[in-house]
Amino acid sequence: MTQAKVPAWVSIALIPFINVMLAFFVSALVILALGEDPIEAAGYLIYGAFGYDEGIGYTLYYATNLIFTGLAVSVAFKAGLFNIGGEGQAYIGGLGVGLVCLWLDSSMSLLVIIPLAIIGGALFGAAWAYIPAYLQARRGSHVVITTIMFNFIASSLMVYLMVNWLKQDGRMSPNSRTFEESAWLPYMHEMLAPFGIEISASPLNAAFFWALICCVFVWGLIWHTRWGFQLRTIGTNATAALYAGIDNPKVTIWVMLISGALAGFVGLNEIMGVNHSLLLNFTAGYGFAGIAVSLMGRNHPVGIIIAAILFGALYQGGSELAFEIPSITPEIVVVIQGLVILFSGALENMLKGRIEGLFIRKSVA
Amino acid sequence: MNNKSPLAIELRDISKRFGSVQANKDICLQVPRGTIHGIIGENGAGKSTLMSIIYGFYAADTGDIEINGTVTHIKTSEDAINAGIGMVHQHFMLVENFTVLENVMLGAEGGAMLKQGKAAARAELKRLASEYSLDVDVDAVVEELPVGLQQRVEILKALYRGAKVLILDEPTGVLTPQEADHLFIILKSLKEQGVTVLLITHKLREIMASTDNVSVMRQGQMVAHRETKNTNKEELAELMVGKKVRLKVDKDEATPTDVVLSAKNLSLIDSQGVKRLKNVSFDLKAGEIVGIAGVSGNGQSELLNVLSGISALSEGEIQFSGETITPKNHKNASQMRDLKMAHVPEDRHKMGLVTGFEAYESAILGYHNSSTYNGSILLDRKAMLSECEERMAKWDVRPPNPHLKTANFSGGNQQKIVIAREVEQNPNVLLIGQPTRGVDIGAIENIHEEIVKLRDSGKAILLVSVELDEIMALSDRILVMFDGAVVGSLAASDADERILGLMMANAYSDPSEKAGDKA
Repeated sequence: MTQAKVPAWVSIALIPFINVMLAFFVSALVILALGEDPIEAAGYLIYGAFGYDEGIGYTLYYATNLIFTGLAVSVAFKAGLFNIGGEGQAYIGGLGVGLVCLWLDSSMSLLVIIPLAIIGGALFGAAWAYIPAYLQARRGSHVVITTIMFNFIASSLMVYLMVNWLKQDGRMSPNSRTFEESAWLPYMHEMLAPFGIEISASPLNAAFFWALICCVFVWGLIWHTRWGFQLRTIGTNATAALYAGIDNPKVTIWVMLISGALAGFVGLNEIMGVNHSLLLNFTAGYGFAGIAVSLMGRNHPVGIIIAAILFGALYQGGSELAFEIPSITPEIVVVIQGLVILFSGALENMLKGRIEGLFIRKSVA
Repeated sequence: MNNKSPLAIELRDISKRFGSVQANKDICLQVPRGTIHGIIGENGAGKSTLMSIIYGFYAADTGDIEINGTVTHIKTSEDAINAGIGMVHQHFMLVENFTVLENVMLGAEGGAMLKQGKAAARAELKRLASEYSLDVDVDAVVEELPVGLQQRVEILKALYRGAKVLILDEPTGVLTPQEADHLFIILKSLKEQGVTVLLITHKLREIMASTDNVSVMRQGQMVAHRETKNTNKEELAELMVGKKVRLKVDKDEATPTDVVLSAKNLSLIDSQGVKRLKNVSFDLKAGEIVGIAGVSGNGQSELLNVLSGISALSEGEIQFSGETITPKNHKNASQMRDLKMAHVPEDRHKMGLVTGFEAYESAILGYHNSSTYNGSILLDRKAMLSECEERMAKWDVRPPNPHLKTANFSGGNQQKIVIAREVEQNPNVLLIGQPTRGVDIGAIENIHEEIVKLRDSGKAILLVSVELDEIMALSDRILVMFDGAVVGSLAASDADERILGLMMANAYSDPSEKAGDKA
């Protein structure tokens, strides 16, 4: 009952903000220790992420991946499941997208390929989540363990497929052939040009819009359907779900399928939007960063969009920073990202009790 | 009370309050050294709170504790152990995958390296085992031991720490009758060695069989002390239950008609292989309220669970709405609802509501698939909200705000949300568990009236409650459950507290036989 007395904005906005500020503070100490000026560094970082249109494009391009993986984590989390396998599901989902493109790029138009690629990514991502989901729902194997393991299996499987089946003949690098342009998602700068809006070229592409559509879809699904009602009941009170006659194993499996499908859409952005070929390691840790994005965004689509943009800004501004101040190496940028994840994700509850306590006492007084 | 022997424990005016609940009030207790002292009372009488105070889990608000004649301040269980008090909890506090030896040593390892401590502990355990005839294989892994032996490990653990006073909280709840008999032999030998035993129980037989003195608690107060040899079960049962002011519910004579639910030989075996329901049979007729009395934990919850579809039967069959439900033909909770079975669960927080949901969402739990609340794809929030508002007005739920989080309603209002949800479905059978637990007086009347109204409209109601008043005020017929079985069945007009109390303790013998020698 005490929870009620904490104003909503405190847990939604204030606590995440304080956590990020703490992360930046510790980052500033790191930068000071390197003998550089943290204020100057922050300036480069912010300018790099938001200061010019190409930078914004990159930020949103990174954010696109993080929205997909963040949503994937949040859907599962709402049902009380911790899906750590976003990385593997994104990887295999990308394979699905890539196979559709390789199959149809010379025979079909983009308008046909796009929906099929979406289905391909969703099916492959969902399929990769299905086995852990089944094992959790019907055999009681913990989904955290199995999804982690499936990340490694996905990684090995992709290496095998790329090297033995999908690599171009006569090439050393394990890449597939480049898709025909009919299987390229349009870039944002290309889409805006006909409307007279000139922006610099960046990897930002149509997948960003699909990410936003997915946010609306997840919001409607979780809060406005009976299925979402069942999912939330299981996630908050499994005994009440039993009482209500909700089929827990069945819902669990479907939740994981949807979660895997959402993660699989990373392939749209990376494979179909930017790389235009199947390759190794395109997921680059987005699946794991999605956990932090979801935590920070309070498992709500709006929060996830904001958190994804923040993390996207760190990726993009961070590379700008490393470029401008050579003594701040890319590894230090990773440290800063890590600190944000640490404070807003792993240490999320460190200050929560105290800050909420402060407000509870205030409202009692 | 025999004051010649020195006292092991003396409590003076112990009081403890939790919020608005007075759990213990001015408790005085004298326990002579080297005796077995029983403390008996109904659930919620304050026995466990009192023991927790002696063992240092809670601090008393007021009052003194004297151990062996000196006032002792017990703030933590460590203080209690140092004062020579050991406790065996109802649910064991053992590390299941450790051996007996390791469990006994835990917290008293005697140094950084285990080897030396182990040798010493082994020797000491051997001595204790022979002294008190407490044989246990010290190298056995605890989880592989039967429950009775696990309890012995708990006793050894307390003795190993030098306990001279042993508190046992409902020790026989988990034991088979044979194991229980053995426990009492152990307690007797402990007593002979000068250990003082405090036995908390609600089972009259155990008190009569094993204690020297007995104290009775009721509603947080100590109401009587007796020497066991000078009392009997009947007196203790009456003291335990007390003469309460009868709840009044205005209702006419029931006019039961057809049998709507027929339970035959229902049995339930839980995942641990324990039989929780034993051959329960009864018929439920339209237009009657059947009350299930019993000390909680004697199978009432399990009965509600199998009837509502939450648990599948192990044996037996239920005939209801033209269906025969058997272990092979299980219907889940949602299918049972479709057959017009409504269920107000005993624990609204754990089962009946999702406290994190807004009220209008909790108000459709279990009926969320109904077309009333659903459009073609999305939930029809408008319909949910307007219905919730209507019901809140009809049932006087306060505040009447469908958007308020369920957790933020008071207990009584939460219960009204649950009961309204179930009753408004117009069920054929209503299962209702602890309808007024944690509900304030005004709301109790209101809820009771609604239950009677439902009966008068020709519905069948199965009522489970640990409140005898409630059972007697509402029921037309009463079944008494003990240890998973129905041990008594009588018309409400024939029931009084004493008979029910004895039946609940399974200590009732037929009055027609005893009537002569009692007079």
